[in-house]
Amino acid sequence: MSKIAQAFKNGKAFIGFVTGGDPSMEKSEEFIMEMIRGGADLVEIGIPFSDPTAEGLVIQDANIRALSAGATVDKIFDMVASVRKKTEIPLVFLTYLNPVFNYGYTRFFDRCANLGVDGIIIPDLPYEEKGELVEVAADFGVDVVSLIAPTSEQRIKQIAQEATGFIYVVSSMGVTGMRSEIKTDLQAILEVVRGSSSIPTAVGFGINTPKQAGEIAKVADGVIVGSAIVKIIEKHGENAGSYIYEYVRSMKDAVSGQK
Amino acid sequence: MAKGRYGIHGGQYIPEILMNVIINLEKSYEHFKNDPEFNAELNKLLSEYAGRPSLLYYAEKMTKDLGGAKIYLKREDLNHTGSHKINNVLGQVLMAKKMGKTRVIAETGAGQHGVATATAAALLGLECEIFMGKEDTDRQALNVYRMQLLGSKVNTVTSGTMTLKDAVNETFREWTARVHDTHYVLGSVMGPHPFPMMVRDFQSVISQEAREQILKLEGKLPDAVVACVGGGSNAMGMFYNFIGDENVKLIGCEAAGHGVDTEKHAATIAKGKPGVFHGMKSYFCQDEYGQIAPVYSISAGLDYPGIGPEHANLHDTGRAEYVPVSDDESVAAFEYLARTEGIICAIESAHAVAHVQKIAGTMSKDQIIIICLSGRGDKDVAAIARYKGVDIDE
Repeated sequence: MSKIAQAFKNGKAFIGFVTGGDPSMEKSEEFIMEMIRGGADLVEIGIPFSDPTAEGLVIQDANIRALSAGATVDKIFDMVASVRKKTEIPLVFLTYLNPVFNYGYTRFFDRCANLGVDGIIIPDLPYEEKGELVEVAADFGVDVVSLIAPTSEQRIKQIAQEATGFIYVVSSMGVTGMRSEIKTDLQAILEVVRGSSSIPTAVGFGINTPKQAGEIAKVADGVIVGSAIVKIIEKHGENAGSYIYEYVRSMKDAVSGQK
Repeated sequence: MAKGRYGIHGGQYIPEILMNVIINLEKSYEHFKNDPEFNAELNKLLSEYAGRPSLLYYAEKMTKDLGGAKIYLKREDLNHTGSHKINNVLGQVLMAKKMGKTRVIAETGAGQHGVATATAAALLGLECEIFMGKEDTDRQALNVYRMQLLGSKVNTVTSGTMTLKDAVNETFREWTARVHDTHYVLGSVMGPHPFPMMVRDFQSVISQEAREQILKLEGKLPDAVVACVGGGSNAMGMFYNFIGDENVKLIGCEAAGHGVDTEKHAATIAKGKPGVFHGMKSYFCQDEYGQIAPVYSISAGLDYPGIGPEHANLHDTGRAEYVPVSDDESVAAFEYLARTEGIICAIESAHAVAHVQKIAGTMSKDQIIIICLSGRGDKDVAAIARYKGVDIDE
């Protein structure tokens, strides 16, 4: 069974995101550990890309900060190796296809397997194109996480049936970023997903406050938060650690009690 | 492997959020391209509004001066709005309207595609927003105002390198936020399927006409056709109906900027490697870790780190040849064509003229070259003056 499943065994899951190398590799490692200390059940580590077309401004800027500070795929692998020595919780990468394609699929997933990276989320790799890497990833025990969007409609069933790890349900139209309200009928989407797959579902895009997270956790198995955490790093820079811990703890508290 | 492949290139590498809109676009295009009513309307617009067919002009003075092959210019610069971009835009905006979309968005580099899209939107009554990098709104300020005159909103893009690549990023982002009423009028033979095929089909009118025109004028096919290549839409349009004619050389001219041995160029085939970006697999200028490289060209329209997937495949199979042409060579060609033929062409098109200056003399007098003169150069006059150190007030 996928190691990612463990993330969903401690009540409703809280999944936090940081861009690797923002503002430095040492700080990313510290922030990841603070998220875990705050109760994160799974951590998404962004491998920065020059042109993150699915991201809003907050995460775009984090990508620029990380790349400007010298982040590379290899340096992120080294940082993750260090994180892995300190924690057993599932870790997944989030990046665009080009850095993975360029690294070479076999070489990339081999390193993931060696480091104990359990999955990968690639926003520009839809169902139709995943065939070129999903088997390589599976050979190394890495789950390629499928995304479902408010526009997926008749595609939900097809995507859910082949999904592994967890299913990432995009809550809103547009790019990543904090939103004051989530308008999508998540319940309807999640019902179709559950009719086709037994793997856990987590909802992301736009979630910001504990109240929102609690509401989402009533219908989904987990809540994913990226921009709100990255915003804390943007604001507090190298001193963001304690703020991240407090924030994650408040979010985990809000979701873990939901049924 | 999904549809829309050219060898290993092409595909549909886009976020899930856009997949259904792309699938619907593909279905709509398959329907409309065979719809007699749609084609009749489009042809009427092309002939009565855009001014097609465009002339195939024998550049006699240039031919004599270079002393080799006979040179013809396919005058896309004479189209309404001043470039080949109108061919694709009329097709896509007409289709968007028939699909029930009420709003179009588009990226633009030099501004030619933005102006063309704003024009078609004004004519067909659709709302229009254009995304343009700040670098380009500065160097093409007149085109920004032109789009505004046509009733479009122009959004200045300040992310990344603030050029064409970033304008494409931002237009995709906008599209993911608003798919229900909005069509993205992609301006080149790039992006996810069906765009490379659809844009190529709409632009193939260039070579369809050129082929008929040259056969009528010379009784034979050309020995070479030459076009500039950024994303590659005028080149694909110029090449398409000659691909099956093995004796016709297809030559694409990439922007070498300050030179392919410097970091300031946009020569994707010469210096790029395979990758996946902007919805397609193709060649891209990128670093050792797959970060898309900041590219440079004097020409805003060629200042793009990728190339359309069908071009990538024409390169892989050896059917077409891609050559780098520098800023200096292009500016010299821009001036040369103005003085020799009395034609001020776009700085993009001048890249093709520059290459023909190099090869025409090596060919015999019974051979024929057709250059796709993709656009007119009014938009570039101020920039060329600055390049030459001439102080003028726009």
